[in-house]
Amino acid sequence: MSPKTLYDKIWDAHVAHESDDGTCLLYIDRHLVHEVTSPQAFEGLRMTGRTVRAPDKTIAVPDHNVPTTPGREDPANMTEDSAIQVAALDTNAKEFGIHYYPVSDIRQGIVHIVGPEQGWTLPGMTVVCGDSHTATHGAFGALAHGIGTSEVEHVLATQTLIQKKSKNMKVEITGKLRPGVTAKDITLSVIGATGTAGGTGYVIEYCGEAIRDLSMEGRMTVCNMAIEGGARAGLIAPDEKTFEYVMGRPHAPKGAQWEAALAWWKTLYSDDDAHWDKVITLKGEDIAPVVTWGTSPEDVLPITDVVPAPESFKGGKVEAAKRSIDYMGLTPGQKLSDIQIDTVFIGSCTNGRIEDLRAAAEILKGKKVKEGMRAMVVPGSGLVRAQAEEEGLADIFKEAGFEWRLAGCSMCLAMNPDQLAENERCASTSNRNFEGRQGYKGRTHLVSPAMAAAAAITGHLTDVREMM
Amino acid sequence: MDKFEKLTGIAAPMPLVNIDTDMIIPKVFLKTIKRSGLGVNLFDEMRYDRQGNEIPDFILNQPAYRESEILVAGDNFGCGSSREHAPWALKDFGIKAVISTSFADIFYNNCFKNGILPIVLPQEAVDVLMKDAEKGANARMIVDLEAQTVTTSDGEVFEFEVDSFKKHCLLQGLDDIGLTMEKAASIDSFEAKASAERPWV
Repeated sequence: MSPKTLYDKIWDAHVAHESDDGTCLLYIDRHLVHEVTSPQAFEGLRMTGRTVRAPDKTIAVPDHNVPTTPGREDPANMTEDSAIQVAALDTNAKEFGIHYYPVSDIRQGIVHIVGPEQGWTLPGMTVVCGDSHTATHGAFGALAHGIGTSEVEHVLATQTLIQKKSKNMKVEITGKLRPGVTAKDITLSVIGATGTAGGTGYVIEYCGEAIRDLSMEGRMTVCNMAIEGGARAGLIAPDEKTFEYVMGRPHAPKGAQWEAALAWWKTLYSDDDAHWDKVITLKGEDIAPVVTWGTSPEDVLPITDVVPAPESFKGGKVEAAKRSIDYMGLTPGQKLSDIQIDTVFIGSCTNGRIEDLRAAAEILKGKKVKEGMRAMVVPGSGLVRAQAEEEGLADIFKEAGFEWRLAGCSMCLAMNPDQLAENERCASTSNRNFEGRQGYKGRTHLVSPAMAAAAAITGHLTDVREMM
Repeated sequence: MDKFEKLTGIAAPMPLVNIDTDMIIPKVFLKTIKRSGLGVNLFDEMRYDRQGNEIPDFILNQPAYRESEILVAGDNFGCGSSREHAPWALKDFGIKAVISTSFADIFYNNCFKNGILPIVLPQEAVDVLMKDAEKGANARMIVDLEAQTVTTSDGEVFEFEVDSFKKHCLLQGLDDIGLTMEKAASIDSFEAKASAERPWV
């Protein structure tokens, strides 16, 4: 048998039909659904008299536009349009009989945090959701990617997607990370190296010692931003850490089924002589704590660097960099660590897990945020929130001057009331620094949770290594 | 779905690279449960000031480009979120084809589901088309899906590649779900085999 990559193996195990031109129907094992990209899909089913083919493989949770403040179970405490979307999800979940975690359920949270937490996400699966950050689930060695609403409707109706296979890219991070460098710095540094279109047409497998050393939480952070590099999906081969994380979760297999599953999961790795269409290698020791200076996730530099000159770029990027620097209100040559901030956001499907909160709390312990700083922690799920409270992290955040919120996507995309005002500047653990992403004319610098905590204390972008 | 066969129309130049889906349709307009009516908010934050007045410099606000049906855009158009509201907004405005050196994967697929043709061409070709688009309303560009060509107002022709299945669906205006349901027997047998092999799924 010819050698295969991990992607090849998962793909081959899910092709339900292949046409002569290579167009495939890929069977979908898990379909995650949220309130913003699904209403039109369910409406489409109704209009055509179709139904949900596999409701037991379909999981719904409201996350994008729910408020993160108390009393949100009452629609009167939501904006009218948000309440309509949440009510539509509620109705659709019940009418079509799919699994559902409303905001009143402690298991509610960001869909990409809930899936792994509940054991819905398992190695070797195909996972889709009408959200680009579905790539997160790739950390389990699951082929996971975002889809549009028409495709949501297609999966609801047929449990398949029409797909052509992507190319294989290997991203290897060799050796050890230095102190103060995290999974977020890895994933941002990879995008800095490849550009936001560098992964277009590929599925990336992340590998190497630095990736193996990461916890499951860290691996989810890395895969989460595969989409920011343009890739269809990011993958990490499952190993003992993966199995340990999955074991005992509510929807993970048990008993004899666990043993059978484990036997298959252990075959899910790229063969030594598998073919790669593209290979990128970074040395772990070369990666520094990074920040973004512009309005694209590829605008990444080590915190010790300065705002670049637009002329240092090539082609269309010169104009884009000029526009970014102007939008961000920065000056070429300015030290990144001199950039003053007024807002800190810790949360999102990129960095809203327990380990992220631990990393931030470690820096904040016994310290206060800079006077006038608006600082917010939005745990990724109700269960992450409860665990953080139990571990005493919530107290550290609150004593430092952070707001301690309820779970949701929140200021990552600012569809709920958590938004930046015009010209406000945020150190954010989220995934996108696009113009207006966190609020109209708001300015976003993407950082790791530890770097966000450091900036909250000093009031400017800060090298966290100085505080360790 | 609407068919796409051949289009002769005004092309608007948008040379900026990395035009993301937040730019195409900001999130405040995602709180709809419909697919229609988003055209007025296409490129909202670039197109209007905070009071809702048109920003005259923005390309689609200029008299020559208000009726544009084609965009010629910088690299990596449609990057970012999976929101299908982006092609819905383009379609509702009247854009039927977008030309760039590359597109983000999800956006690219979303276009085909909505009767929009995204066309990938090399940088040199996009440069020529960008110049042609800058000529304004009197210069009509021709996009022919059957022939897989784009023709400038001067008659210069560029051939493009497109997946044969996607082309077929777009030319015929076919409903993907209907097509897949014709293969229900294959899905049934796959499901039976998979649930025997991987009962834990």
